[in-house]
Amino acid sequence: MNILKFIESFTNEELMQSKGSRRDSFGKISQLGKNLALASIPFGLSSLTNVAYAGKIKPTPSNPIGALQLALTLEYLEKEYYIMGLESGVIPTGGRDEKVFMQISDHETDHVTFLINGLGGVGSPNFVEKPTFDFTVGGAFDPFNHYPTFLALAQAFEDTGVRAYKGQAGNLISAPDLLTAALQIHSVEARHASEVRRLRGLRGWITLNQRGAGMPEATQAVYNGEENIIQAGYDTSSLFGAEAGSESYDEPLTTDQAVAIAGLFIV
Amino acid sequence: MKNVVQIKEVNSSIKNRREFLKISGLTVLGSGLLLSSCNNDDDLILSPNSNNLTAKYGQGHFPGTKDGVFDLGAGDLGVLTYAYALEQLEADFYTKVVNASGFTSNFTAEDQQVLVDLYHHEVIHREFFKTALTGALPNPKKQLLPNLEFDYGSLNFSSRSQVLATAKALEDTGVAAYNGAGRLISNPDYLLLAGKIVSVEARHASAIRSLINPNSKDFAGDDVVDTTTGLDVKKNPSEVIAIASGFITTTFTALYLP
Repeated sequence: MNILKFIESFTNEELMQSKGSRRDSFGKISQLGKNLALASIPFGLSSLTNVAYAGKIKPTPSNPIGALQLALTLEYLEKEYYIMGLESGVIPTGGRDEKVFMQISDHETDHVTFLINGLGGVGSPNFVEKPTFDFTVGGAFDPFNHYPTFLALAQAFEDTGVRAYKGQAGNLISAPDLLTAALQIHSVEARHASEVRRLRGLRGWITLNQRGAGMPEATQAVYNGEENIIQAGYDTSSLFGAEAGSESYDEPLTTDQAVAIAGLFIV
Repeated sequence: MKNVVQIKEVNSSIKNRREFLKISGLTVLGSGLLLSSCNNDDDLILSPNSNNLTAKYGQGHFPGTKDGVFDLGAGDLGVLTYAYALEQLEADFYTKVVNASGFTSNFTAEDQQVLVDLYHHEVIHREFFKTALTGALPNPKKQLLPNLEFDYGSLNFSSRSQVLATAKALEDTGVAAYNGAGRLISNPDYLLLAGKIVSVEARHASAIRSLINPNSKDFAGDDVVDTTTGLDVKKNPSEVIAIASGFITTTFTALYLP
């Protein structure tokens, strides 16, 4: 497969479809990574080496340091995404959207600094480097030229952040100060997620496992599992139905799930 | 129900609480072993499982009425009872908001959609805690926090600005409360449940803030998110109860929560 054929095989339109089988979603993108690896062969061994590790950031250990390391990688991703977004000119200037994304960008930058310090600084053996990101996922997305795509990925990243931090809470239970700080970041991500969703015309909370209108099918992995209505044995749908019940609780992502989602954007 | 709920000045219990903390602090210094038998003796009906629970949660201070006043208790069950109290307040508030006469004319369609959703979510949270605590408490008949009573003073439920300002205060307080309480929880399952709820409270806070001031960064404003660290607010139970007690007329104490 050559690179042109590869691009043909994967149009933006297909990815941006809001309806369709969930089955393909992120599985398809992983396949895309593999196709890309194969397509890259003519361009030299070094690029093959890089691409062959696409999506292969390692799951972090189930302890406080591992939790911070995963968090840092996700914050690196968000920080770079918003800085690139603001610099690209894709965000309409002078209005609400710009104010929102400047504020979010400031927070993500602060989170990166905070987490690096929490891990003992850049010289610490626990420090993790910023990966190299490709927010186009090999050309499948065009977030810095197409504002709806920028918004859609922002929603996916914020909703992922909320779920990923939640999934790490148990790993931080033995480190109360770090747990508290992680919770304080977690709720900021949730404030961001709500606002980005509202900018996109959605509700601020997640209904069932619906990714919402206009979200690429590829983001479905961010929402799978959110439809849960049983909390500690209590059926949250009993009073007002499953939609309200599922909205009332955000669900965690496991380390592996969070790594798989972030890994799509890492080369 | 044997719990006697006394309606009186909330501040009196805060004062009692401070006094008691001094005494209990001495008790802790004197003998940690005695701590488990210094409270709620009359309510702590030992069921076969309660020793396990005590061992599991590391304390014997169950929620319950002591000297006529309900105390939220210590440890995980104390924190869950504390959360139940806050969710009772939020649920009661939004129930009054959506049932107030003129709701459909005083609020925009977008306001109404958000407020009805929040009413649903908070009532679900309240009923969840009621059910979960009833299952987890050794003697829920005596240890489950009773239905609290509320008074919103001069708050005008027909005033969009007053209702949204109160909703903002409640949601931000909820976020701060859960963020501050996480470290007080020792059971990872309970911690996760608190985490599942707090992010929804934060989504609410963001939405209410953006209804109040849409063309702004207030959804995660500098008044709640630290501009250096990017960290959200957190508060200890005593700080939160001092705020919430402005609306809660039922007297209760939190002698064993920081």
